[in-house]
Amino acid sequence: MFEIFLERFRQKTRTVAFPASLPALPPRFRGRPFIDADRCAAAGGCCSCVAACPWHAISFENTKPALDMGMCIFCGECACACPQRALVFTTDWRLASTDRDALVVRPAAYASPRQPGGQGAGLRASSGLADDDDERLYVLPELPITSVTSLAAAFARSFRLRQVTAAGCGACEADLNVLGTVVYDMGRFGIDFVASPRHADAIALTGPAPRNMRAALLDCYAAMPAPKVIIAVGACAISGGMFRRVAPPAPDSIQGAPPQCRPALFIPGCPPHPCTTLDAFLRFLDQRTPR
Amino acid sequence: MLADDVAGLLLAARTEIGSSYPSLTPDIAALHLFERVLYEKFAILPEGHPWLKPVRFDNPAGPGVGEMNFYRIDGDEVHEVAVGPIHAGVIECGHFRFQCLGEEVLYLEISLGYHHRGVEAMLTGGPLARILPLIETVAGDSTAAHAFACCTLLEGLSETLPSPRGQHIRALALELERLACHTGDIGAIAGDVGFLPTSAFCGRLRGDWLNMSAMLCGSRFSRGLFVSGGTAFDLDPALAHVLTDKVVLAARDVQGAVRLIWNSPSVMARLTGIGVLPASVAASLGVVGPPARASGLARDARRSHPLPCLPALEKICVADRGDVGDRTALRYDEALASAALCQNILKDLPAGGCRAEKQEKIYALAPKHIAVALVEGWRGEVCHVALTDEFGHFAAYSIVDPSFHNWAGLAYALRRQQISDFPLCNKSFNLSYCGHDL
Repeated sequence: MFEIFLERFRQKTRTVAFPASLPALPPRFRGRPFIDADRCAAAGGCCSCVAACPWHAISFENTKPALDMGMCIFCGECACACPQRALVFTTDWRLASTDRDALVVRPAAYASPRQPGGQGAGLRASSGLADDDDERLYVLPELPITSVTSLAAAFARSFRLRQVTAAGCGACEADLNVLGTVVYDMGRFGIDFVASPRHADAIALTGPAPRNMRAALLDCYAAMPAPKVIIAVGACAISGGMFRRVAPPAPDSIQGAPPQCRPALFIPGCPPHPCTTLDAFLRFLDQRTPR
Repeated sequence: MLADDVAGLLLAARTEIGSSYPSLTPDIAALHLFERVLYEKFAILPEGHPWLKPVRFDNPAGPGVGEMNFYRIDGDEVHEVAVGPIHAGVIECGHFRFQCLGEEVLYLEISLGYHHRGVEAMLTGGPLARILPLIETVAGDSTAAHAFACCTLLEGLSETLPSPRGQHIRALALELERLACHTGDIGAIAGDVGFLPTSAFCGRLRGDWLNMSAMLCGSRFSRGLFVSGGTAFDLDPALAHVLTDKVVLAARDVQGAVRLIWNSPSVMARLTGIGVLPASVAASLGVVGPPARASGLARDARRSHPLPCLPALEKICVADRGDVGDRTALRYDEALASAALCQNILKDLPAGGCRAEKQEKIYALAPKHIAVALVEGWRGEVCHVALTDEFGHFAAYSIVDPSFHNWAGLAYALRRQQISDFPLCNKSFNLSYCGHDL
């Protein structure tokens, strides 16, 4: 018994300060992408990024690229391919939105946090992908998370999640699991994973939901009492990710959460960083996280 | 394709077959799943196979997933427990069917296939220009192992030598993955017997190992690190120094956290003698990785089939009882050995670039060749085999995750155990569902 106390003393308290303060993410972390409109225009619509994307997450929209974070696996191939370094991955971990369309990143004007009126400390673009000659700092506008007020009120202090792995590879699941450890200690916000759908307010769905998992997923959803929501965690659950297949026959299509259970909250990433997920949960419950 | 671990040889053989052949499973139990997969994929009938059931349920016209004749024991007092596909925790999906007499499990049958995504089919006809992100999700917790195997194949088929520096950084990522998973699983085993100190410490430490991978490449699961020819990210001396310090600190904390188990008789009593997998059974089922080594089989691809530019592993950790306690202790020993290996790699990184020079040739593969890669991931031996056609495209790409061998070992280890010990036994194997279902 004494040895356990001693070891507890040695191992110290390890719960992260997030969300009270900004998380410490590694410099090479690839977070929210940003496309600089001026630089992109300077490249003359070269479409290098569109061609470089392994999984067609970037499409052409009026001769300009549009990157869908709901399909993006954050591999960084597009940033490497961009000759003007217009497309960068910032270290911003706040990726989630309740609006599926808000996950599409389009070229925008760059605003330096150092300029008059610029806000926040700004975040670096992830290094290691391209020459590290860019000293720019990025401040990106928050993506909309509009919690339905009645839900937020109902769930605000007790939010129970049933995790369903619909053929996820295990990475999203591992980084959801970690939210229960002493490091993130999700329980301090009243959020927990539960064993039964009968006790759950939401499904945290991972994986592309191919044919063999669909019946189990729908059964689980049907077993939950209302009000209930689906939270799509990771590119696979949002869109099918790398396994996306929308061509017929319909039973064989793979596009993440099936139409019978449409997600209310989308958390991009492959897998999303635990801070991304925790930030999403908290803002969904109308609890502020730091800017 | 057969491997001779002692001589460090691979043996390739081929034969012409029609639509059927006499099954080899009655003589060699380790082949039972391979024959079932061949039957499911190509309708080649193994005549006399004692257990010819679907594996991945990938045929839309065939039986639905989980629809099959489960082995059943009759008797007035025998009851059946069905668990899954969705389980109680944050875990992948599969179905377990127990035949029980009271609390005692007489027989366990495991039916998987729920996670079948068709990865092998997506690879055929390739290589896709960016095959690696897909391979990285074959089993998400074994990203480094699978990506390493795939890179080795691509390099072999394009006659490219990987950069020695890149190869060592890859080995570092592989060991960090081993450390994260071994640490996390020891914590989970402690959690399953209700011993919370080790469970809480190891839960945190697992994240510390993952964060070291993130320092290396930005991803906690080494996503994007592996590229054919080497690695996408290099280590400067400052980062190597920081990582070395972190490895030393985390290894010390793992020792402190796990030592509590060895010194707690109430925990050891719950681990000892539970879920025994005898060496003879492990050998005949073809079990690999830590469960095989915990049963006394000295199998480790890092020693028998070392990868290019990397030294062979000096010593294989083994135990002999093959119970949950041994599997826990073995993974602890391996974690410490792995931490020492990380320090060595960080100390003596070869000079030069982290990527091979001739990058553009890497996807121009030799036509009509076969290539094999064996990588010892944390869960055991990961095997990738590719066959190219006359244009240098993949005619077939086959992946064998260690889980494919080991699920049968878990089912055996449950015999004559209390059903309440299933989570504990399961955790001591911690097998991948999607790695099996692909």
